Amino acid sequence: MALSKIWVYGEAANGTVSGTTLELLAKARELADTVEVVTTSGADLAGPAGANGASKVLNIGGTDGKLVGVPAAAAIAAAVEAGTGPDAILFATSYDGRDVAGRLSVKLDAPVITNVTDLVAAGDGLAGVEPIFGGSTDVTTAFTGDKVKIFLVRPKSFTAEETGGGAAAVEELSVPDTGATGTAVITNRFVEEKSGPSLDDAAIVVSGGRGLGEQDSFELIETLSKQLGAAPGASRAIVDAGWVPYSYQVGQTGKVVKPNVYIAAGISGATQHLVGMKGSKYIIAINKDAEAPIFSVSDLGIVGDVHKVLPKLIEALQNR
Amino acid sequence: MNVVVCVKQIPDPAEPGALDPETKTLKRDGKLILDESDSYGVEMALQLVDAAGGGEVTLVSMAPNSEVSGLRTALAMGAAKAVLVSDDALKGSDALGTSKVLAKAIGRAGDADLILTATESSDGYTGVVPEQIAELLGLPSVTFAKSITIDGSSAKVQRQTEAGYDDVEVPLPALVSVTAGVVEPRYPSFKGIMAAKSKPVDEVTVSDLGIDAGQVGWAGSGQEITDVAQAEARQAGTIVEDDGEGFQKIVDFLAELKVI
Repeated sequence: MALSKIWVYGEAANGTVSGTTLELLAKARELADTVEVVTTSGADLAGPAGANGASKVLNIGGTDGKLVGVPAAAAIAAAVEAGTGPDAILFATSYDGRDVAGRLSVKLDAPVITNVTDLVAAGDGLAGVEPIFGGSTDVTTAFTGDKVKIFLVRPKSFTAEETGGGAAAVEELSVPDTGATGTAVITNRFVEEKSGPSLDDAAIVVSGGRGLGEQDSFELIETLSKQLGAAPGASRAIVDAGWVPYSYQVGQTGKVVKPNVYIAAGISGATQHLVGMKGSKYIIAINKDAEAPIFSVSDLGIVGDVHKVLPKLIEALQNR
Repeated sequence: MNVVVCVKQIPDPAEPGALDPETKTLKRDGKLILDESDSYGVEMALQLVDAAGGGEVTLVSMAPNSEVSGLRTALAMGAAKAVLVSDDALKGSDALGTSKVLAKAIGRAGDADLILTATESSDGYTGVVPEQIAELLGLPSVTFAKSITIDGSSAKVQRQTEAGYDDVEVPLPALVSVTAGVVEPRYPSFKGIMAAKSKPVDEVTVSDLGIDAGQVGWAGSGQEITDVAQAEARQAGTIVEDDGEGFQKIVDFLAELKVI
């Protein structure tokens, strides 16, 4: 084994473990003798963590109503200083994962290797592989020091696989005083109503881009998504333009999706976007510009106007 | 109300990127522009200072070759002044090294009530710099802000989450990272562009900031690139011109895949 102990930063989603946590556990098991989960959601995670190969869940308590970045990083750093820390710690590239990893890297004065889609043994350590330029080039980066190796890993990089183990034992990890840094409090939580599957889980994703021309045309994407039981997505261009919220964004600075079918409508396929959807099994693209890079990764490309193609497609699907 | 905004000047994303064959880092020696991701923070800062009825927006940036063209864009939008850290010793800096430099530069920019950043840059997109700066400065922080309102000595922030958003309250001074697309960045006016030319840019080196050069650049990054390889290319499939029946090709393909 490359390492003796890896911690996976565990996150909960909808009262259970997040898919990415399980993906990280599957990879960590290949790389280290001991795999443990460190989390602020211990009670929710003990069962699934154990069933996916973690021997222990280290629970950082008392973070209710707080942003987790500061307390989680402080607790992990304290464990490292006390000599009970891991050789490497894996975080998902998520809202909270990035917060904790950033804070932790300063506390340990240790670098972070980010946007990793694969982890490989490198001597007696571990290196991260990051795709750049729209996924055309893979860069492998290794740590040179002997500090705890912090990795931020993109979702969908690995495949989760249960080991069938029983619930992991839960141990508490205490949070030292965080002073002024820990003073942000959550006063309210809003869950936006969304029908249909999420971008993470959908078997089909339909994304729209600048080729839609105007915000109102995004309705075409919503309608087609509903018909196909798909999740609607968006390119960065129309998120930046304020047409749809950031949570729709597929790409390097948004979500990574790997659905069975990905439909890109009015998206040119900037490298920014390709990184987020290239791993889809089948890709269908509709774009006016025959030279658009999206066609270089498409299984089926229609060179045409989304305003003509989409309404006909929607009608045809209605009549089926 | 004084707001510091961290801005990055990056190679034009419309131009194809390239790696320096020797250092394996992104080539940044051509013309640089203001990262669009940062224009939202600049806009938000200007609006907050306006709403407070006083104060100013100061920019902080780190860039090679004394680059100021991106800073001038943000100054033309209405920022008052800038601190630019430019030093050969910074080549190859990782996120942590960058954060150490920006944290010191923020200190030089004067007392700030609020520090704004983007959630990540468009060219490096590590996404850890905002939290690193906050930790280095000993400040509380809120990432992924959709909106910010100032209420006395604290800020109320809507923070994007997986499920929707959280209302978060944070005492000032604090650092907040701003999600792209949540405000509409103003276009610089002609008057603004002219005025920007004479606005002060305080250019400093690493040693001016009291940073040991060994802590930044390649030497300080604590990591090395061990391999750069061509990724497996995806094969392009069938491309057809829409003759009015293009939709049928999609229907047939979806049927073939048995998803409809």
